[in-house]
Amino acid sequence: MDKVLMKGNEAIAEAAIIAGCRHYFGYPITPQTEIAAYMAKRMPKIGGTFLQAESEIAAINMVYGVASAGLRVMTSSSSPGISLKGEGLSYLAGADLPSFVVNVQRGGPGLGGIQPSQSDYFQSTRGGGHGDYHMIVLAPYSVQEMAELTVKGFELADKYRMTAMILADGTMGQMMEPVSLDLQVAEPPQKPWATTGTNLSRKHNIINSLSLVPEELEKLNVARYERYKIIERDEVRYEEYRMEDADVAIAAFGIAARVSKNAVDEARKMGIKVGLIRPITLWPFPKAPFAKAAEHVKQFISVELSMGQMIEDVKLASECKVPVTLCNRVGGMIPTPKQVLEAIVAADKGGKL
Amino acid sequence: MMKHKRVTLFCGHYGSGKTNIALNYAYALRSRYPKVAVADLDIVNPYFRAKDSMAELADRDIRLICSAYAGGNLDIPALPQDMYAITDDRDMLSVVDVGGDDRGALVLGRLAPALRDENDYDMWLVINRYRPLTRTVADCLEVKAEIEAAGGMPFTGVINNSNLGRETEPGHVLDSMAYAEAVAAKTGLPLVMTSVKADLVPALANQIENLFALSLQKTY
Repeated sequence: MDKVLMKGNEAIAEAAIIAGCRHYFGYPITPQTEIAAYMAKRMPKIGGTFLQAESEIAAINMVYGVASAGLRVMTSSSSPGISLKGEGLSYLAGADLPSFVVNVQRGGPGLGGIQPSQSDYFQSTRGGGHGDYHMIVLAPYSVQEMAELTVKGFELADKYRMTAMILADGTMGQMMEPVSLDLQVAEPPQKPWATTGTNLSRKHNIINSLSLVPEELEKLNVARYERYKIIERDEVRYEEYRMEDADVAIAAFGIAARVSKNAVDEARKMGIKVGLIRPITLWPFPKAPFAKAAEHVKQFISVELSMGQMIEDVKLASECKVPVTLCNRVGGMIPTPKQVLEAIVAADKGGKL
Repeated sequence: MMKHKRVTLFCGHYGSGKTNIALNYAYALRSRYPKVAVADLDIVNPYFRAKDSMAELADRDIRLICSAYAGGNLDIPALPQDMYAITDDRDMLSVVDVGGDDRGALVLGRLAPALRDENDYDMWLVINRYRPLTRTVADCLEVKAEIEAAGGMPFTGVINNSNLGRETEPGHVLDSMAYAEAVAAKTGLPLVMTSVKADLVPALANQIENLFALSLQKTY
């Protein structure tokens, strides 16, 4: 099929449909409203359900319902709306339900602004709601990846019975790029746990996150973390760019990685050996490339649209063997390639901006 | 440049390229007439809108009619208080950038009676074969009907803006001509122009009639 020109938000919506999602629940919020608008147009034509819920809280609980019935389902929002969904995300984790959630981040905290941000990194990589749990967090950096990681998100959610989240930002959601929608989708796994009717031939399935016996609840938590270990072993994704001989390494994801790539190319032209490690899964975080790089770089620069959140994971993964500095803009602002280049030059000289 | 009307309205599917074309069209008008305005009536999308080109418009001495909240950090679907200048100031050529789809076209309701009364306007449907929801002639007919119903105004022409962003090759534009001509034929409207990035003009100039060169509003 020919390429089409799509906004990142539209690419997520179409890819979700291609992945077999026929249930979308959401509440509009900039900068992700195109996802809902696209679903509102497309779902009725393909026998799916689009429902604008009365609130984000309602929408995430509708996701809980459809996920319980074993069907592919999604919701999307932007930062303040994701906070509202926090309780539901925790309940989904407690009930081991597969779901797909999109956060097209905007500046915070509070209502904040409507321009792009990456300041929900802590919220998403550490769970988002209460209790011990993780979500698989995917960070696309192009419209093509918005589509591809959406399909991957649905597959991972089903495979591990947990929430997969796309953590994008306003730029990723709004920018238009050519996309190929020739996406490979694997057959969804059987879901014998789903509440689809017993036909009087099996015991009732019960979907619940309430567990009042502490010994039982402890067992459930430990078992869930055994599953997380497998994910940390098998599902880590990242890209290394010009890292082979690097003296300086940038850590950046999403739009920050895009800006940083330009800066890396500029710095290379100046003769500076700099590379980029781009986490694609933010949880599980790609620890190995940072541990490896810590053996040969003299500094890491974490480029972020936040006050410095991923920088903590960079420090942990590199065990603070070399300095890790921050190059950032916040509040809806985006670092320029020039700003990143200046940070690279300073790091190469051994100084700190 | 083709013969113009006093008011030109650009409507179409979300993301079809209305804003870029409207701005370029206003620049072209301004090179021939002293009093030109661009009205940013987008109530749908707070990102990528005519107001982003405020400085470029000021440089060219083109009046910008837009909501005080547009392009700010306040996501309010507000209309500009001076929007009636579009219909009231008949010495001024107005280029109106309308928000996407039928939702965006709702703003025309307030202007439609005066525009129809004066009867010196064009309303152009901007189409792009490479946008997923306007890939077919049938898709375009659906969008056209929805916008006309919401805006209370009939279209007077079609603009073919088929492109794949920065990957657009001359072949993409040539391949879209049959689609654009079919939309024009099915709607009974003229194909007013085919708009392309300025750097594609040399390759296409002898092959497509009424080619309109676009300089892009913003590049990233």
